[in-house]
Amino acid sequence: MFSNPDLLKFIFGRLTLEAIPYHEPILIITFIGVAIGGLALLGAITYFKFWGPLWRDWITSVDHKKIGIMYIILAIIMLLRGFSDALLMRAQQAIAFGDNEGFLPPHHYDQIFTAHGVIMIFFVAMPFVTGFMNFVVPLQIGARDVSFPFLNNFSFWMTTAGAIIIMLSLFIGEFARTGWLAYPPLSGAAYTPGVGVDYYLWGLQVAGVGTTLSGINLIATIVKMRAPGMTFMKMPIFTWTSLCTNILIVATFPILTATLALLTLDRYVGTNFFTNDLGGNPMMYVNLIWIWGHPEVYILVLPAFGIFSEVVATFSGKRLFGYASMVYATCVIMILSYLVWLHHFFTMGSGASVNAFFGITTMIISIPTGAKMFNWLFTMYRGRITYDVPMLWTVGFMVTFVIGGMTGVMLAVPPADFVLHNSLFLIAHFHNVIIGGVLFGLLAGVNYWFPKAFGFKLDAFWGKLSFWFWLIGFYVAFMPLYVLGLMGVTRRLQHIEDPSLQIWFVIAAIGAVLIACGIACFIIQLVVSFIRREELRDATGDPWNGRTLEWSTSSPPPDYNFAFTPVVHDHDSWYDMKNRGYSRPLQGFKPIHMPKNTGTGAILSGLSIALAFGLIWYIWWMVAVSFVAILAVAIGHTFNYKRDFYIPAADVSAEEERRTELLAKQV
Amino acid sequence: MSLMLKRLFQVFIVALLPLLAGCDFVVMSPSGDIAAQQRDLIVVSTVLMLLIIIPVLFLIFYFAWHYRRTNTAATYDPEWHHSTRLEVVIWSAPLAIIIALGAVTWISTHKLDPYRPLDRLDADRPVPADAKPLTVEVVALDWKWLFFYPDLGIATVNELAAPVDVPINFKLTATSVMNSFYIPALAGQIYAMPGMETKLHAVINKEGEYKGFSANYSGLGFSNMYFKFHGMTQQGFDDWVARVKTQGTALNRDAYLRLEKPSEKEPVRYYASADKDLYKSILNLCAQPGKMCTDEMMHIDRMGGAGKESLENREKLEYDNRRVEKGEMTNSPTFPASGEPSRSPEEPNKTVNDNGGQPMQHDMNNMPGMQHGEPSAPAPDSGSSNPAPTQLNNNN
Amino acid sequence: MSQPTFDTSEQPQFFLEEDHHIESSTNLGFWLYLMSDCLIFAILFATYAVVGRNYAAGPSPADLFELPLVAVNTAMLLLSSITYGFAMLQMERNAKAETLFWLGITGVFGAIFIGLELYEFINLIHEGAGPTRSAFLSAFFTLVGTHGLHVTFGIIWLITLMVQVSMYGLVEANRRRLMCLSMFWHFLDVVWIGVFSFVYLIGLVG
Repeated sequence: MFSNPDLLKFIFGRLTLEAIPYHEPILIITFIGVAIGGLALLGAITYFKFWGPLWRDWITSVDHKKIGIMYIILAIIMLLRGFSDALLMRAQQAIAFGDNEGFLPPHHYDQIFTAHGVIMIFFVAMPFVTGFMNFVVPLQIGARDVSFPFLNNFSFWMTTAGAIIIMLSLFIGEFARTGWLAYPPLSGAAYTPGVGVDYYLWGLQVAGVGTTLSGINLIATIVKMRAPGMTFMKMPIFTWTSLCTNILIVATFPILTATLALLTLDRYVGTNFFTNDLGGNPMMYVNLIWIWGHPEVYILVLPAFGIFSEVVATFSGKRLFGYASMVYATCVIMILSYLVWLHHFFTMGSGASVNAFFGITTMIISIPTGAKMFNWLFTMYRGRITYDVPMLWTVGFMVTFVIGGMTGVMLAVPPADFVLHNSLFLIAHFHNVIIGGVLFGLLAGVNYWFPKAFGFKLDAFWGKLSFWFWLIGFYVAFMPLYVLGLMGVTRRLQHIEDPSLQIWFVIAAIGAVLIACGIACFIIQLVVSFIRREELRDATGDPWNGRTLEWSTSSPPPDYNFAFTPVVHDHDSWYDMKNRGYSRPLQGFKPIHMPKNTGTGAILSGLSIALAFGLIWYIWWMVAVSFVAILAVAIGHTFNYKRDFYIPAADVSAEEERRTELLAKQV
Repeated sequence: MSLMLKRLFQVFIVALLPLLAGCDFVVMSPSGDIAAQQRDLIVVSTVLMLLIIIPVLFLIFYFAWHYRRTNTAATYDPEWHHSTRLEVVIWSAPLAIIIALGAVTWISTHKLDPYRPLDRLDADRPVPADAKPLTVEVVALDWKWLFFYPDLGIATVNELAAPVDVPINFKLTATSVMNSFYIPALAGQIYAMPGMETKLHAVINKEGEYKGFSANYSGLGFSNMYFKFHGMTQQGFDDWVARVKTQGTALNRDAYLRLEKPSEKEPVRYYASADKDLYKSILNLCAQPGKMCTDEMMHIDRMGGAGKESLENREKLEYDNRRVEKGEMTNSPTFPASGEPSRSPEEPNKTVNDNGGQPMQHDMNNMPGMQHGEPSAPAPDSGSSNPAPTQLNNNN
Repeated sequence: MSQPTFDTSEQPQFFLEEDHHIESSTNLGFWLYLMSDCLIFAILFATYAVVGRNYAAGPSPADLFELPLVAVNTAMLLLSSITYGFAMLQMERNAKAETLFWLGITGVFGAIFIGLELYEFINLIHEGAGPTRSAFLSAFFTLVGTHGLHVTFGIIWLITLMVQVSMYGLVEANRRRLMCLSMFWHFLDVVWIGVFSFVYLIGLVG
């Protein structure tokens, strides 16, 4: 039977034993590590009899808070993967000079820098941001869940499915060797045959479904489910930035989907959209992908701006300066982000007027961004600033982001870009804004909202240590890249000819190690805080003297978030309530209408992985089976008309009484 | 704690200073007028932005320090959150800077448009009326650079030379994927893309040997896709041309097709002569016999296509299969290519590499003889006047 | 906590005693979905605009398109939109059988549309004008095919809904779903009008 090649080909498509990288020691060690870790995790779940609760309370949960937390867990896990790629790259570039080829041959190195970019953007930053929006937005607008709770669960599991597909490429086959945006013709079937680009395409397509749907969901939530009295101009800033971000998501991810679909057709069907031959146009891909790609940058950074706005107001003990201009700035950035995509390829030979137009629109974005910076600054002015960990991240961000913004505007001048494009200067710039802007924001957010999610604060010592390692590590890692860029060193080099440059790469590698320490401190911070959770417990639900509605409920909030829907009178509504002597209602609770949990999302996600795997390896029976199964499960799901239930008033009452007791103990 | 860190950082900076001094900031001190103007722009835009960045940085540190919780002497005004006057300032200050920078951008982008012929050799000298620019046609191959000098009839691989203070008109294309042609000392980069032609105008003002490379990732051999660019005196350049003519072989279609095959660390090659229309056919993707040129295709398309009975044209227009030499490559995973015997399908090239291709290539530029270039290596080009084996034309 | 004190004599209401009535987000959500889908079509149209004249020395629209067939096809889809409208009118009247009848007619028109489209595609491929022939044909097949796939899914959805209506009647959930499918169906109609004019008519004229 095994000698029949046709049968084997039918069963396994192009998947052969060769695809298992047993000859790559780095991957074998990784695999063993992952396997041991995975088994330990599974064992622990079994030992603590956690399978039942895991399925009932998490995997099938439609609770926006739990989904938000799961998004963030996914992001942190993927951060570890993406960051190990970064360490490998820094190590390779620190040693591969002259005769030394380093330890990563181009075939491997090129996969690593592609995977690093893809994972960090799509599976770290995106889920992190989406996780925060999921967790925080309904609480900030006084809602009990999002508009479409099942869709929310489904979106999360599709994102996870995308991540799993990308991770599979580590141990089965290979990943793309094309750079994170997979420019054709290089990514076409002719120049990159094999499964790498297919992993890329299907991983992103599956995750993209989740992202788009979650965008729709959150827009509908913000537009329709705000508490009474909360007009648009009374929404918390984080909700505002979330709204703009989700509008950007809905208005750009379909472009990514379509563009990748066209590339997929080129690879699978043999169409000629982006080929050199038969009338194809590779530059069209570059345009399309950046029409998505540039707004994507703002999708990531706007929520981070929102987090900083919340943090700076809270920890300065002061109302946010210039709320209205903050809102307008966010909206202006949202619109302008569509008008700048060409600055990613000034060097592709567009005319001077076109280049100048896009250069200037790019610079214009720095005006609202600058205004935001001033708004944060003047929020601190005449404030009483407490340097808890979230505030440290915020100040670190302000300093770092100003520098990143400056180098960004330099790159926006087309003739200057001609000498800096694709150089390490560019790499330094976008890490400067993505680490210094997005990541600092996300870590500020973790420290800020963690007590809300789990009922205890994060340990401050390890948090501060993590911050300093990150901050210093960032400068040590990326300032040398600015320098190297000015020496005309380009990106994505697996081997560098000029040994005099080595010292800079070594410094950058040291920086990467410092950042690794920062990440380690962050993980330790989580563990230590969990162990010391009783000391760190916050019973008030409002540990930072917060200003927005999420701090008005208990920590962690009950399933229904608010026993009574709050009524809003001012944009810092919780601050307003506290000031005007709000007293918590203690009786009159009513049954609360809630959505039921469902496993459909997780099942569809599993089937999507099978579908994508079949497509990647040309296992057509698997494609057919999983496709039909997806349809059947989706249709079957619509036959379930009983998707909600009521939390009885007695339960609400008991829950609220527990909180009353807790609060009483505090005083 | 933060104080200690600050001190550490200072020590770090001081330690770095000698390092910085010893480095070649080619982007900041280029040798060509275009690159110099681009450098000036970087400086101008940085200075313009520092006008606002420095005060902002100062304010961040000052506010962060002054309004700390423990400083009870500082004013605390929790309700202060609006000031129209301040709002006007914080929107108009960046606006003013951007207006200035935008004007600079608009002007400089037009002035430094790579498609625009030069009007000056450097800040003080306009281009003389009788100056005859040097035309160079650049082809990015997998993974090496081919330079045609149509006016001189010669061609080179991985070595470029030009006389100082003579405008150079580059025309660029590629054979397979996108590359970017970049000589930091000379001028900013421009993409070289298959089936398309981009242009770059530049001038080198100082003699010297400069680095050039591809600045856009183009696949496995990308890291080794660099070349030397020589800025020479007119006399030196004439000598160099003569050397190419005496030492080089002929570059005809067959030789080109062998050269075109993917290879890495290709040694410098000289071609004493090059087929006149070779660049044009490379640009139109029809260097291979039997292929239809894209300009012809476009002409047919403009005329409304070739009708239903034109299926044979399809085959003539398929170019994108060159890297896939072995049939099974398309169907099987390319793993494990890391240990692949050679990314260049041709053995002779490999021999060159094994001889220590890289250092050799390094020395060769200064070697008068260039013996390694052609004769000693049994490279495919030696004897390229022979007609190509027939299967070469059909093996795609 | 050193909160500055405020005038607390005025005590506004800070929470709702009653349930907060939230109007359904389904319509808005579905609209947003349609707009995102619309963007996908926009990209396909844009792609067609860019490469639609790259015939690769091959056939052009004038050589390939048969207007009568496409006209019939267009008529089918437009009629199906009208019959869907009838179904919705019947739904408003709470007439289950009539609603199902018109939905069935809509489905039949949709199926004919798909059938004609497939016939056109097969003919083209037979003539050697398949999606791999030229960038123009790639863009054509992708744009028209994507629309066709949407209609196919619309038909599957329609059948599902017909089963659900006949099982559970015109309950509120089913009405909402019929409403969504209605928007989807008309949306596809609008897109098709774009395809018809932009691809077929302009292709034949010039």
